[in-house]
Amino acid sequence: MAEKTFKVTSDSGIHARPATSLVNQAGQFSSDITLEYNGKSVNLKSIMGVMSLGIPSGAEIVVKAEGADSEEAISAIEAIMKKEGLGE
Amino acid sequence: MSEIISGIAASNGIAIAKAFLLEQPDLTIEKKEISDVQSEIDRFTNAVQKAKGELEKIKDQAFNELGEDKAAIFAAHLLVLEDPELIDAVKGKIENEKVNAESAMDDISSMFISMFEQMDNEYMKERAADIRDVSKRVLAHLLGVQFMTPANISEEVIVIADDLTPSDTAQLNRKFVKGFATNIGGRTSHSAIMARSMEIPAVVGTKQVTKKLSNGNIVIIDGINGEVIINPNDNEIALYEEKQKEYDAQKAEWAKLLHEKTVTKDEKRVELAANIGTPEDVKGVLNNGGEGVGLYRTEFLYMGRDQLPTEEEQYNAYKEVLVAMEGKPVVIRTLDIGGDKELPYLDLPKEMNPFLGFRAVRLCLEEQEIFRTQLRALLRASRYGNLKIMFPMIATLDEFRQAKAVLMEEKEKLINEGVEVSDSFEVGMMVEIPATAVMADRFAKEVDFFSIGTNDLIQYTMAADRMNERVSYLYQPYNPAILRLVKMVIDAAHKEGKWVGMCGEMAGDPIAIPILLGLGLDEFSMSASSILPARSQISRLSKAEVEKHIETILNLNTNEEVITYVKETF
Repeated sequence: MAEKTFKVTSDSGIHARPATSLVNQAGQFSSDITLEYNGKSVNLKSIMGVMSLGIPSGAEIVVKAEGADSEEAISAIEAIMKKEGLGE
Repeated sequence: MSEIISGIAASNGIAIAKAFLLEQPDLTIEKKEISDVQSEIDRFTNAVQKAKGELEKIKDQAFNELGEDKAAIFAAHLLVLEDPELIDAVKGKIENEKVNAESAMDDISSMFISMFEQMDNEYMKERAADIRDVSKRVLAHLLGVQFMTPANISEEVIVIADDLTPSDTAQLNRKFVKGFATNIGGRTSHSAIMARSMEIPAVVGTKQVTKKLSNGNIVIIDGINGEVIINPNDNEIALYEEKQKEYDAQKAEWAKLLHEKTVTKDEKRVELAANIGTPEDVKGVLNNGGEGVGLYRTEFLYMGRDQLPTEEEQYNAYKEVLVAMEGKPVVIRTLDIGGDKELPYLDLPKEMNPFLGFRAVRLCLEEQEIFRTQLRALLRASRYGNLKIMFPMIATLDEFRQAKAVLMEEKEKLINEGVEVSDSFEVGMMVEIPATAVMADRFAKEVDFFSIGTNDLIQYTMAADRMNERVSYLYQPYNPAILRLVKMVIDAAHKEGKWVGMCGEMAGDPIAIPILLGLGLDEFSMSASSILPARSQISRLSKAEVEKHIETILNLNTNEEVITYVKETF
């Protein structure tokens, strides 16, 4: 299992287009990938799950991946977070 | 017999064609118990695959015809259809509860729809409509009914529908669809926005258009006045064909002016800017050839929420506008709240005369924390463009000096904190209180610019509440009393080498434009859609010529006399 904590730095939090990029990226991996925020955990491959969290700017989120390609998944997610200016 | 029904003018233009009724198929579902779980799941998977195939096609079409922005909607729809939370939940329901795919899909999607509808964020609420759109598409495949789509249209028509979903509008083929009319919707609803970007006339919110027409009936859409003419007679058709020609000719002329400067016949320059309320409005300003933002009303940042916007939120909004305008002038007005615009969370006491009360800069000078937060945000954003800060509702020199002093204090603080602040932003004020117009010669020595707010200037000069219907006859923009005040302001400013703008309704008004030009107004700020018509009008006017008539106009007696004179002369 691999996991990483991010601090959301984008001004509008995570929604709309950046959420789409994250979900698309997560969908490329066979591992189960979850996103945790504020005590709730959702499937990162689910657009509705991710958007339902309403993650604001400044939030601390944890991404966990479990499966054969978990390491690769986490680094790919990290790359997207940076590329979209979502967080660090 | 012809009949005219009215609605909301959503997109300009006139269209005459046969009606094509886009009716929703009957998607009534029945809950059934099933025994063969696997074949039910297969049936569901199959319907989802078909829906995906359709959406891929629509997405490509939207990409080619409308651009990447609009195609993104369908990328999001596709993600919904790939969402394991949705798909697995439906399959789980079929398996565990032994119900048919239709009812499982309907239950699960309804759950998500109500979840999104309850969120207190407009963006999320709109996502509910996306899920509804997608689930209808899947249901139609499950039920084996034809999902009526505009893609089937192959002759020139006007689409008539209750409402148009995003996928409907993306499939409207511009070759065949000449316009549309709907029962529901407003100027900012999705279908209206799409119609404007496709540049086809549309009337929305008619409440009844689907009940008045059958397939094949001739119908006229007047997207300029928001009217739908049902079964027009020959005379009406001829009349509207004429209007259509005029509109097309005018549009072609306006389009030529999009990237032009605003110049009079005798080659004098003026600036045409737009009034905006949010950063999203900037696109409309640029698409209409705006040379600047003459009034950014910052109130909208403060409204529709339960607490004050943070410095960061404001900074981002101001920066966004400045960056998008690429160095063109942007006049940002500091908070103008109070009067008819309330902020529940500030808990201000009710007043007998809110328009004459504790509002705008009066409030800001008292509640300095609110004011300072906004000023800091503005100063931080100043280096991203051509910023002009404007204080509203100034009545006395002392108020202007105080407001400016607070601004300079914050500037000093920011510089000491090591924050970069532009040193070329201008500081000006609204002229909307008659006292400032009369004293404009004194103010002109201290401000960088004036912007005349005519809506308030008229109501204060005529002592007539503009919200009160019974005194609405006193709203007289061309009353020589108003025109003389405007003249005092412009003359005083020019004497000190300062510029004057106008950001009320009057600035875009075809009757007022020749007068304002003659008085020497430098900047006209109006709603974005008025810019090209105004540029066209100004190009046909000679400044030297209108100037000759100013003295006569200022010596007329009444509002009506001025209107008649302008109409007859220019």
